[in-house]
Amino acid sequence: MYQYNEIDQTLVDERVAQFRRQTQQYLKGELNDDQFRALRLRNGLYIQTHAPMLRIAVPYGLLSTQQLRKIAHIARHYDKNYCHFTTRQNIQFNWPKLEQVPDILAELATVQMHAIQTSGNCMRNTTTDHLAGVCVDEIEDPRPYCELIRQWTTLHPEFDYLPRKFKIAVSGARHDRAATQFHDIGVHLVENDVGEIGFKILVGGGLGRTPIIGQVIKPYLEKKHLLSYLEAILRIYNLYGRRDNKYKARIKILVKEAGLAKFTDKVESEWLQIRDRLELSEQRIAELKKHFTAPAYDSDAEADTSLAQALSENKAFALWYKQNTVAHKIPGYRAVFLSLKAKDVAPGDMTDQQLDEVADLADNYSFGEVRTTHRQNLVFADVKQADLYSLWQQLAALELATPNIGTVTDMICCPGLDFCSLANAGSIGIAKEINQALDDMDYIHDIGDVKINMSGCMNGCAHQSVGHIGILGVDKKGTEWYQITLGGSSENEAAIGERLGPSVAKHEVTQTILAILEVYVQLRQEDESFLQMVNRVGIEPFKEKVYAAH
Amino acid sequence: MQLIKNQQLVNDQWLRLSDDDALVTGNIIVSLNRWQQDKSELVKRDGAVGVKLAPADDVASIANDLAHWQLVELYFPDFADGRLFSTAWLLRERYGFKGEIRATGQFMPDQAFYLARVGVDAFQPANSAVLSGTLACLADFSVNYQVSVN
Repeated sequence: MYQYNEIDQTLVDERVAQFRRQTQQYLKGELNDDQFRALRLRNGLYIQTHAPMLRIAVPYGLLSTQQLRKIAHIARHYDKNYCHFTTRQNIQFNWPKLEQVPDILAELATVQMHAIQTSGNCMRNTTTDHLAGVCVDEIEDPRPYCELIRQWTTLHPEFDYLPRKFKIAVSGARHDRAATQFHDIGVHLVENDVGEIGFKILVGGGLGRTPIIGQVIKPYLEKKHLLSYLEAILRIYNLYGRRDNKYKARIKILVKEAGLAKFTDKVESEWLQIRDRLELSEQRIAELKKHFTAPAYDSDAEADTSLAQALSENKAFALWYKQNTVAHKIPGYRAVFLSLKAKDVAPGDMTDQQLDEVADLADNYSFGEVRTTHRQNLVFADVKQADLYSLWQQLAALELATPNIGTVTDMICCPGLDFCSLANAGSIGIAKEINQALDDMDYIHDIGDVKINMSGCMNGCAHQSVGHIGILGVDKKGTEWYQITLGGSSENEAAIGERLGPSVAKHEVTQTILAILEVYVQLRQEDESFLQMVNRVGIEPFKEKVYAAH
Repeated sequence: MQLIKNQQLVNDQWLRLSDDDALVTGNIIVSLNRWQQDKSELVKRDGAVGVKLAPADDVASIANDLAHWQLVELYFPDFADGRLFSTAWLLRERYGFKGEIRATGQFMPDQAFYLARVGVDAFQPANSAVLSGTLACLADFSVNYQVSVN
């Protein structure tokens, strides 16, 4: 993975010093609340319901075990012994003390981490495919370009006070696992007619209050032009994005109001004026690629016979293998998901002890690296098949081996009303309730691939509008209600879910979800997934079932 | 009144004229409106001209006037409005403006480093008590990742 050079290290160290000064000035009354708010948000610090919340950047979801141990240390010494993995592959602490945040940032800087631009109206952490570099359907590894974008977006002097937040995602595979169609800018590595690899650029996608699918602004962009094209889009957005209404300030609204053709004209004419000045050299790309070379794979890994034996002898292991591991481009290796969706645990939470133990396991079994996913789980990307059984046993002991990846209990969930000052309704409690109601693993596996996404408010941190089943908490005269949507997807066949009907009361959410699943089981055709079935029959049958009792 | 110019505290050599004030000789800063109305007199007058721009002003539309200006004031009604960062960049990079670019109004000292990078070379915050703090902020970072004006 990427290792800081002297410039990177100096930058994060100077950023810590800057934020230490800003915090002191605020505590002395030299910065007012509005000013400090803008500055602290750009260092990941929110003021929440109970305490500040600190969001730490995990650039494109990659963590070393040294970094993981530092996170454990921070959880232990500055928080309540746990952390939360977010839908943007980042990490949140819910209980830091304001005056200690500069110390936390200084600790992070010692392991090449920071919280720069993890919130605020600026360019945020760049996200990507959690299987980058190891998946079987990859056109090219997106991580060197993610790092390039990370550097370009970090402390960009012209684009740090945008109309609204700005998110970029990069995908290098044929199957989009990075939800690039729902980002302000989506970048896809693609191959052109003559076999050259470049980028397809999408713009104006987004979730939140007004979910919109991104549109193609540039079907094919040569690699050397990546940064100039991003700069052109950002300049047009910075100059012309709406600043009169924060709900209309995202780039998706600018693209929608101007129309794609007119917006594209503006971007292209800007780009033509800057592209020659900002060309990426092949040497620069080659240097970045050196940070993402393949680890020392065992060329004999496939010769192992112990896996086949363990699979035939142990049903629980075989179930976990099927559900929580995926194919790897190197024969004899698998990518392994660590489920952070065990029963009775808030989705995406991990304790300091789990973090430390996972770091040890990653050192032993996956070349000392861990990845975070936008569905709030972790990945060991490079596990030898001969090690899977032993790894499974140890993960099970840590309660990180629930065989539910991609199933109905692998819910994405925001912190909700329990922690977040924006939320209208709770989400963690409902997630736990659904998880408890669905305790029959055979039933869960029979239902198969169902993505439930649940957010506690319109801001949609848990991407409910693209959940196969979306749950959105709303406030009705001081009580918590929930809108249900069906048929959303953030993958290749991107779609925004359709509202099922009137919102349901808190105590009805779980039974509503169970009723929806029952309709699926009754009406599905052979091998038809939940999403395919919803697309075929529409929402009527679900509606009838759910609202029949009312 | 003092300001920061080229990283030093200096006295202001420019006079601000409101739209009703009679024209005088010497260095004056006028609104864009006034410039557009009184352009011919302003050009004939003895002394340098500066023009005050707001976030919504379109640089392309005044590009042909820049040769007559020795100063552009970028007035921040609100520190959160980042359009002026692009305005400064356009003035320097696209239109080659060589005169003074002065940030005024409600920008924060902590934004001075970015402003300097996009081509602002003079800083006159509304609250003069933060002048020395602004000067210190210009040295916040010794490294950067992007190509910009500076």
